[in-house]
This record gives sequence, structure tokens and C-alpha cells, in this order.
Amino acid sequence: MKVTGKGRLKKYIALLLAFAAALGTLTSCGSSESGGDTEDQEGYVQTLTVEDEEYYTRFKGKNVSINVYNWGEYICAGEEEGTLDVITEFEDLTGIKVNYTNFATNEELYAKLKGGGAEYDVIIPSDYMISRMIKEKMIKPLNYENIPNFKYIMKEFRNLEYDPENAYSVPYTWGTVGIIYDASVIDIPEEEIDWDILWNEDYADQILMFDNPRDAFAISEIMLGYSLNTEDESELVAAAELLKKQKNIVQGYVMDEVFDKMGAGEALIAPYYAGDALMILEDNDSLNFVVPKSGTNLFVDAMCIPASSKKQEAAEMFINFMCEPDIAYANIDYICYSTPHQKAYDMLDEETQNDPVRYPSDEAKQNMEVFVNLSDETNLLMQSLWTDMKSAEDENTNRWIMPLFLVLCLLTIILVLVRRHIKRKKDIF
Amino acid sequence: MKKLKFFSAPYLVWMIVFIVVPLLMVAYFAVTNDSGELTINNISDVGQYANIFVRSIWLALIATAVCLVLAYPVAYSLSRMEKHKQGTMLLIVMLPMWMNFLLRTYAWMTLLGNNGIINRVLGFVGLGPFKMINTSGAVVLGMVYNYLPFMILPLYSVMEKIDKSVIEAASDLGCNSRGVIFRVIVPLSLPGITSGITMVFVPAISTFIISRMLGGGSNLLIGDLIEMQFLGNAYNPHLGAAISLVLMVIILVIMTIMNQFSPDDQVLI
Repeated sequence: MKVTGKGRLKKYIALLLAFAAALGTLTSCGSSESGGDTEDQEGYVQTLTVEDEEYYTRFKGKNVSINVYNWGEYICAGEEEGTLDVITEFEDLTGIKVNYTNFATNEELYAKLKGGGAEYDVIIPSDYMISRMIKEKMIKPLNYENIPNFKYIMKEFRNLEYDPENAYSVPYTWGTVGIIYDASVIDIPEEEIDWDILWNEDYADQILMFDNPRDAFAISEIMLGYSLNTEDESELVAAAELLKKQKNIVQGYVMDEVFDKMGAGEALIAPYYAGDALMILEDNDSLNFVVPKSGTNLFVDAMCIPASSKKQEAAEMFINFMCEPDIAYANIDYICYSTPHQKAYDMLDEETQNDPVRYPSDEAKQNMEVFVNLSDETNLLMQSLWTDMKSAEDENTNRWIMPLFLVLCLLTIILVLVRRHIKRKKDIF
Repeated sequence: MKKLKFFSAPYLVWMIVFIVVPLLMVAYFAVTNDSGELTINNISDVGQYANIFVRSIWLALIATAVCLVLAYPVAYSLSRMEKHKQGTMLLIVMLPMWMNFLLRTYAWMTLLGNNGIINRVLGFVGLGPFKMINTSGAVVLGMVYNYLPFMILPLYSVMEKIDKSVIEAASDLGCNSRGVIFRVIVPLSLPGITSGITMVFVPAISTFIISRMLGGGSNLLIGDLIEMQFLGNAYNPHLGAAISLVLMVIILVIMTIMNQFSPDDQVLI
């Protein structure tokens, strides 16, 4: 769900997915991934035990409410039997009322906060957006005395580049970007698949690509061996050139449409986020997902408190609650992403723990890079390079559209003039 | 008269607060930069997207023309039907609009896809597969499909008022059927044509979801460009406002030209 350009579409797709869920086809990734051995999970009912119940009682009966703003489908709502309804559990435990709303893109979240008016107490943006918000003083430092459960967060997910002192954010989930491909058509061994397959002309018109500049540029930057956070103009221009070269063989630039297009076999290859990719894989057996060896983007979504929040302590209580082992496990079991929470990780079944897609080895992680926010100039440059790339047309179409348009305009004006002339003549009589 | 004015007060307030003020803000944003200084840079920057503007106008024009050609005969035959049948037929015309706009466009994705229903049916007959989705043709199709009722309805409501006796009189006085159409019906239905064109062209030129879903993201239109400025990575509301402003001016110019065709007493702008 770490996305830069997801449109409103997300909500509708979510709606469709909700339909699918209602039909019972959508299962949590944890249980369905393990395939046949779901029997032992069926009777399993997860219960919640918290370490320090005392801590959660300080707002009891005080009629406090907080506004939580999260990605869609990004929390365990207890729809499936035996799983926890996280929000309700929190409300029952603490007496704090939670107003829970969704956003679809980091940019939507940013625009809402920037525009003012909206009041949120807990938000869950992605890495680069967090560093941007820190820079613009849109989120405030956390008081870790109120978040004792931070101790469960794995060392490697602390003090990441986007929040070097880890003063502002508590990691919630993480994931990687990889390639979904149709293994029944593409006859290349899994180990050999790398990003260059997205440029392979044998699969012309069967390739989908990210419809947001940050992720698309990242792929071409990996290909060229640049940093994913490069601010060097010539490197960005080179990356854009590479994307331009790819454009001829790209079927479409998509985000959540990947779900349908890959699921229905409309395309053969698409880069996407690991968690979502695993969901797609459930629908279509011939699909496979790899995280290329040459490197990829590792993204982290983390919980923060906006600077405008007036209920910091209650918000911190919510963050702490989300880091309760039982809760963290329930959430990660529901959303197919990876958890930075040690205890929740330990609770996962072995197969998931060793899944190279969800939990790549340390060796594989060496090649992964986390996004940080780029400077305003770089962002603008990237955006304009992206627009240029997308709006560039084939030479031959460009040649006739413009003149035809002009001719049409001229014709219309002439018609208008002629009509007026005739009218004036008529009026004389 | 005074009383009437009083009743329109709520809308007037609404109009000022939610239409006039935001329009002024768009204009303000378009001519300022982040620190609030006046600048024309935003508007000059719009120039680099000239090809997107041309494509949007071009596709919207084609869609409008196709809508007009399709809708005109439909509206005419609708207006000449018996009254009770008209209701049913109108209902059928309106029916697609009951379905969510997004879902309608989404359905076309499945129809037009490379393994879509149309290509599969053609495959049975031994034709194709044709590349239909992710082309500008698909975008035009989406526009036509979604906005066709907006063309039919104004045409119908104008044609319905054309008295049958006028047509009969024209025939009685020796006008052939072509003459009846081009010298009686078309001139009388001009107001319907102009408002139909307005109602199709304006939303078509600023649409963004159709081009994204059916154009595969590589057929950028102005709407996509504006969306990218507000919800995209760069977050540049000033450029976005400038693009919107230029778009508004273009629409204004085109509407003015359009209105030259309608009778003088019905000019909108």
C-alpha cells in the first residue's frame, strides 16, 4: 500500500475486493498461503493479552476520542472468524473512541494535512513522506515513555534514513518491490529474472509499469546502478531516457489495475509491491513473484502523530497498542506485508518466516534501499521528466494532430464569419 | 419580483462561497508562487504541455462529434414517438447513468482487453486479436459512452417542442425531406445542439479517470496533468491552478464560438 500515485480507484477496487471477500474468496494471506493446512487454523481463535493493563486505563471514562488515518484494508478488522477486531479491542480496553478513516495515497494524506482543517491524531505514511513531513514540521516527536512496546521493533528497522533518530515514527509494516510474471509463458528460471525483463522486446505490449514517477524511476535507477535517492540531474535524465525507451513496449501504466490485469492474464509482466503481489498470486496459479537480485526498494510504513494533534498521549497509547504482540500479529496476518515487530514475526508460521518474498535474507537486503524525501527541485524535475516521458507521442501522430486542430479552428471561425455575414445581409431586407 | 429574489438568496450565497471564491483562488494560485509573490512563471510553464492540451481538445472534439452524430437521429425519433412510448425510451437512454460512472468505464476495460470479451468473440470467428485498450480510440469510446445521454437529453427536449405542423407545413409547401431536415428541424434544434455540445465537450476535455483506465496511462489528458499536480509526487498546486486556468480560458473561447450559432436571444456567454 506504499504508493505515490494511487488514485481514487483504490477505494473502488477495495469495494470490489470487499464483494469478493463477502463471497468468501478472499482469505487472509497467512492462512491461504499455507495452502491445504488451514484445518489447524480453523478452530483457532486469537485472544488478546496485554502486558501492562494498568497503562491502558488512564483515559477510561474520560470520553476521549482520537482520529486515526490509515491506508485502506490496512488493519485487521476481525472479518474472518477467530481474528481480532483491532479497533474495537482498543476501544474496549482503553475507553478511547477511535474515528477510523482511510486514505489511498501518501500524497492524498499530505494534501489533507497541508490544507489544514483536517485533524488527525495517528497517521501511517510511508518512509519518504515521513521524511518530508519531518522536514516541514508536520509531525511531532514521540514520547517513547508512553510507547514501551517500541522495544519489540527489530533493530534493523530503527533509525532508518527517513527518520535517523527514530524520534517521529514507529514502523508498522515494510515490504519490497518485485516482479510479478506469468511463469506459464515466460520460460526463464526464477533466479535469472531481473529488472531488464521489463525492457525485453520479446514481451512487447505485455508489460505493465508503475504509474507513479518515484517507483518507476527507482526501477530504472537500479538498472543504471544509481542510488534510488539520487538528486543528480544527469542521472535522473538518464533514468527518464531509459523509461522513454521502455514506453514503446509498455502495455499500460497502472497502479491497482494490476490486480485485474495480471489476475485475468491481460499482461505477462508487472512490477509491484510484494504484499499486493501475493494477493494477486492467490487468484492466478500460473503467476509467480520474484524480488530481483540486483536490488530493489524497501519501503516502510510507520505510525506518526501530526503536529496539529491535541491528544498526543492518547495517540501514543494507540501506537503502543498497535505494537502489542497479539495485535501486531493479527494485523500482519491480515495484511500481506512484512512486520518489523520481533514478537509478531516469531508468532508467524515457519513457512511465512522463511518466505524469501516476505522476509528476504539479510544478504538480499543488502541491495535494498529505502526511499527518503527528495528536495523540492528534484521532485519537480522528476515530475516534469515523467510527464514528458508519458506525453511523448509517436512522431507520426504528432505531425498531423496539430495542423488538423488548427485547420478545424480556422474552419469554425470562417463558418462563424460567413454565417454572420449572411445574417447581416438578410437583416437589410 | 422581490419575492423571487429572496428565494434565490440561498443559491446566491452558495454560488459566491463555493463557486466565485474558489475560482478567484484558482486565479490567485495560478499567478503566485510558494512564498506568495506574483509571478507569471506558472502560466508560462503550462506552455510545455501544449501537446497534452492539443490531444485533450482533439479527443474531446472527436467524442463530441461522435456523440452528436449518434444522438441526433435518436433524439429526433424519440421526439416524434407517441407520448407514452417516449417515457419508456427516455428511461432506456437514462438507464446507463444509474450505474456508477467508474464501474461503467471499468466494464469497458474488461470488454476491450487483449483477452477481453470482444477479442475472444472475434477469436471464435478467426479474427484478431486487435489492440483496442490503451489506445486513444478507447479513450474516445469511453467518453462517448459516458457522455452520450448528456447529448441526447438536451436535443430531445428542444426537438420535442418542434410542432408537428411546422414540419407538415414545410412538406406541404414543397420542401423535400432533406430540406425539411436541414432548413426546418436543424435550425429549430440549434439551441439543443449547442447545449448538448457544451454538456459533452466540457466534461470530456477535463476527464482524467477515463484516460487512465482506458488509455493505459500513456494517453495523458489535461485532467491527468492537473491531478498529478495536486495528488502527485511533486505537489505543485500553483502549476495545477495555472493549468486549470488555461483550460477554463480555452473552454470559454470554444463556448463563445459555439454560441455564435445559436439564435441571439439564447446566447449563454
